[in-house]
Amino acid sequence: MSFLCTVAVLAPLFLILAFLARTGLGALNWDFFTKIPGAAGEAGGGMANAIAGTVVLIGLAGLLGVPLGVLGGLYMAEYPNARLTTLARFTADVMNGVPSIVMGLFAYVLVVLPLRHFSALSGGVALGVMLVPTVMRTTEEIVRLVPQSFREASLALGIPQWKTILRVVVPTAAAGIVTGIMVGMARIAGETAPLLFTAFGNRFWNWNIMQPIAALPLQIFSYAISPFDDWHRQAWAGALVLVAIVLLVNIAARAAAARQVKLR
Amino acid sequence: MVQVMEDVRVEKHSAAALIDRTTGIQAEDVHAWFDKLHALRGISMTIAERQVTAIIGPSGCGKSTFLRCLNRMHELVPGARASGRVLVDGGDIYSPNVDPVEVRRRVGMVFQKPNPFPTMSIYDNVAAGLKLAGERNRKTLDQVVEQSLHAAALWEEVKDRLQKPGTSLSGGQQQRLCIARALAVSPEVLLMDEPASALDPASTLRIEELARELAKDITIVIVTHNMQQAARVSVETGFFLDGELIEFGSTNDIFTRPKERRTEDYITGRFG
Repeated sequence: MSFLCTVAVLAPLFLILAFLARTGLGALNWDFFTKIPGAAGEAGGGMANAIAGTVVLIGLAGLLGVPLGVLGGLYMAEYPNARLTTLARFTADVMNGVPSIVMGLFAYVLVVLPLRHFSALSGGVALGVMLVPTVMRTTEEIVRLVPQSFREASLALGIPQWKTILRVVVPTAAAGIVTGIMVGMARIAGETAPLLFTAFGNRFWNWNIMQPIAALPLQIFSYAISPFDDWHRQAWAGALVLVAIVLLVNIAARAAAARQVKLR
Repeated sequence: MVQVMEDVRVEKHSAAALIDRTTGIQAEDVHAWFDKLHALRGISMTIAERQVTAIIGPSGCGKSTFLRCLNRMHELVPGARASGRVLVDGGDIYSPNVDPVEVRRRVGMVFQKPNPFPTMSIYDNVAAGLKLAGERNRKTLDQVVEQSLHAAALWEEVKDRLQKPGTSLSGGQQQRLCIARALAVSPEVLLMDEPASALDPASTLRIEELARELAKDITIVIVTHNMQQAARVSVETGFFLDGELIEFGSTNDIFTRPKERRTEDYITGRFG
C-alpha cells in the first residue's frame, strides 16, 4: 500500500521531468547558451542573457537576503525569549505565506516607483525579501541545535558573548546555515511573478543593475505565450535549464548538509 | 645529569609554566535563584589556595549552582540571579564595576561532559581562548598549547596529531583536552563540575590524579556526587544540602568524624 502511494506521488514528478527532458533537450544547442534572443518570429538565437540575468538576480537577492536572514536567525536562536524574536518568527512565517506577486508589488513600490524605471536591482530586492524568511528560519533551527555546552565552554574561557556566537556557534552550525541559504536560493530561482514588474525582462545583454534585466522564468513565460513554434521549443529548453539549475543547487545543498557537524 | 632528568619530568606534568598566580576564594553569604526557586541560601566558605576543595551533596543540593556562582556563569541561565560577595584575590567579583567576561577568564571551568569545540583541531581547541582574545603570535600559541597539554598530561598522546579534530579523541582524552583548554588562558582558579561523571573508571582516576597534580600550582574546586572521589582527591570538603552548606572541614574529618548528623547520614549512604 505504502509502495503504491510512493509511486503515486513520484509518478507525476518523473512524468514532468521526462516530458521536460524530451521536449527541452531537442531545442538545446550551443546557441541557446551563448546567444541572445533573435528578432521576433525568427528561428535561432538563445537565452544566454536570461541565464546570466537569473544568476545576477539570485546574486543580488543573496546580497540582501543572506545577511538579513542569517543575522535575524542568529538573533532568534540566541535570544529565544526576546519579544523581538516572537515578532520576527511570526513575521517570517507570514512572509513565507505571502503570494510571491505581492513581493513583486512591494519591490515595485519600494524601488521601481522612486527610480521611475524597472531594474535588476528591484528584481533582486523582490527575490531577496523572499529569501529572508527561509534563511532566517533554517538558520534559527540549526543554531538552536548547537548544544549550550559549547557556548558555556567558550564563555568560561572569558570570551565575550558576541565572539562566542561568531567564532564558536556559527562555525559549528555553518554547513547547516549554508544548506538553508542554498535551498532558499533554489526556491527563488524559479520565481516569475515577483519579476514581472521589477526586473521586467530584457531581450539584450545588460550588466547594469539599474536597468531591466532578463531572467529565465520571464523569458520562458514570454516565449511560451508567443505565437512562434521555435520560441515554444526554446521555452521548453529554458524550462529544462531552469530545473537543472535548481537541481544542481539542491544537490550542492545536500553536499553542504553532509558536512554539518553532528549536533544530535 | 640526574638533576636535569628530574627537571624535565617536573616540567612535563606541571602547570607552573602557565599559572603565574593563583588565589583562594572567599564566598560570603551567597544566595542564588532560578526565577523564584531559591537554590542557594547564604553560603559562606573559604576556599584555600593551591589545594583541591571538594563540594559534595545529593542531586539538586545546589553544589553546581554554587560553583557557577564562583565565575559568574550562573547568571547566564535565563531568569537566574545571585547575591552576596565572592572575593577572588581579595576583590569582589560581583561588584558593579567588574566585567563578568574578565572574571570568567580568571576563574576557569571544566564541565561535566567533555565539550571540545567540534569544528576545531586539538591544537585550536587549546589555543581557542588566546586566539579569540586576539593572540596571533604563532610562537606564543605553539608554546602555550604545548605547555597546556603537558600540564593536562595529554601531550604525549596527541603531540603527533595536533591538527586532528578534538572530537577524534576518547572521552577521557577529550576531558583532559578541555582541562588544557581551560589552563591555556592562565586562570587563577580552576573549577571542575563533576569532571569525571561521564568517564570510565580508568579515565576517572587519571582526571583525579591530574587534579591533585595541578593543585600544586592552582587552586581547584571540584564538585562531585562521588564521595570516594572527594575522599581521594581533596584536602577540604564541603557538604551541601538543600541549598545550604551543612558542614565544611578537612576531608578526613568530614568522612571519618562528621560533626553534623545530616553529613553522617549522607556519607554513610542513608540518603542521596
